[in-house]
Amino acid sequence: MSANGHAVIVGAALAGLRGAEAMRRAGFSGRLTLVGAEPHRPYDRPHLSKHMLTGEVSAAATALPNLVPLDAEWRLGTAATGLDRANRRLSLADGTTLPYDRLLIAAGTRARPWPNPAEGRLRGVHTLRTRDDAAALRAALVAGPRRVLIIGGGFIGCEVASACRTLDLPVTIVEPGPVPLARVLGRHLGAVVAALHEARGVELRSGTKVERLEDDGSGRVARAVLSDGDTIEADLVVVALGAVRNTEWLEGSGLKADEGGVDCNAYGQVLGEDGRADSAIAAAGDVARFPHPLYDGRRVALEHWGHAVAQAEHAGRLLAGADPGPAYAEVPAFWSAQGGITIKSVGLTEGADALAIAQGDPKAGRFLAVYGAKGRCIAAVSFDSGRWLPAYAEQIAARAPFPPIRGAADQGSLTILDPAFPEA
Amino acid sequence: MSDPTQEPADSEQISEGLRVAVDLNRCQAYAQCCYAAPEHFVLQGREALFYHPAPPLSARDAVERARLACPVQAIRVEVVTDRSA
Repeated sequence: MSANGHAVIVGAALAGLRGAEAMRRAGFSGRLTLVGAEPHRPYDRPHLSKHMLTGEVSAAATALPNLVPLDAEWRLGTAATGLDRANRRLSLADGTTLPYDRLLIAAGTRARPWPNPAEGRLRGVHTLRTRDDAAALRAALVAGPRRVLIIGGGFIGCEVASACRTLDLPVTIVEPGPVPLARVLGRHLGAVVAALHEARGVELRSGTKVERLEDDGSGRVARAVLSDGDTIEADLVVVALGAVRNTEWLEGSGLKADEGGVDCNAYGQVLGEDGRADSAIAAAGDVARFPHPLYDGRRVALEHWGHAVAQAEHAGRLLAGADPGPAYAEVPAFWSAQGGITIKSVGLTEGADALAIAQGDPKAGRFLAVYGAKGRCIAAVSFDSGRWLPAYAEQIAARAPFPPIRGAADQGSLTILDPAFPEA
Repeated sequence: MSDPTQEPADSEQISEGLRVAVDLNRCQAYAQCCYAAPEHFVLQGREALFYHPAPPLSARDAVERARLACPVQAIRVEVVTDRSA
């Protein structure tokens, strides 16, 4: 591909920005346009569920550093609504079209809404995905709610609960699983997370679901009715049920896409419904579903900060016509800060059949757990013990036997446990 | 940073100043940034690094010291001068 032409990036967030920078770094000198559904320049999302809620970081302060001069055109507040691959043309929400020679799909995700739209529209019911969501939630927290109810004990739910306690607000998490984070970490580590939040005054209601939200008669949420018949009085509700991938606009494009993402090959080129790669289009970040070589080619779409950066850089080089190197194989990694503890993870825990506390002690609040599947090391999770993690990331990348490290001077004897994931 | 009342006005863009992002996957809490620029980087707890993502231009030298001091090179900084960004 030539160094010229028009490159369009759909998605003006972390992956879109880093992808654009990678294209410029790789020598692409043509016209570059970033299309974003939100009115804002790319911002750094991790602040949104943490220090923006506590008031330590303002909305405007979350703008991401731009690391390479982009000389780009920005089409912000204008979502892409359609893709015509035959004519290499995008449709935008403002009714215009945009031709492209190469396209990076980095459209990301949006918050999964509360399933009952009327209840979801009640005043006081929030989701948290965008900078504007976080600003609205921050304002609602400052107003001094009597109780905050968080629906869903995943990472966002737990981080929001943590921020509520920092603000000394009463908060309840309702989580259908046995403990928070059980789906990702299993019950053993989820129980550590539960204890951490309970010690800070978070009320945890596990093993039950919110059946419906009720208002106070004026359109403001007042309480939640649970599946076990109980009622929780709460005038602020945060729906934290995960994310939905933004792929609807790809309908009719002939690309393989659904709510789980847009399919790519191992290099990041998108796949048509006929299974053929489109060399003019790549995808990166939350929306890109790709075969991960470390996990036997299982197709995954990862909602991780570091992955958005690494995969976008890979895709940017590819679209710029540079040799992107070997297939994308970055070890998945994420972090979360909650209750004053930093949880970090490398690899993917899904499918784990064994767990060992490889370093430290959960009772002391600092430890590293390693997950195995079929005798191989697939993931490691640290609680306030991140310095051990890179050694385990190497073992995961090497598909080392489980447990990968034995007999280290600072290790106790290893007991192999069941990670205890809840039934799907 | 320690005084929340000092946060910048929530205008759409900060036209002048620094933009900081730390790769917290990479960060190992060595806290060298906290020594180099204590006004802008602080550990909350044992490992949770808190940093101000938009310090004023006057913090440029301190933040640059922090960036260089990071043993794992996890700090990214953009200096935004008077362009509208």
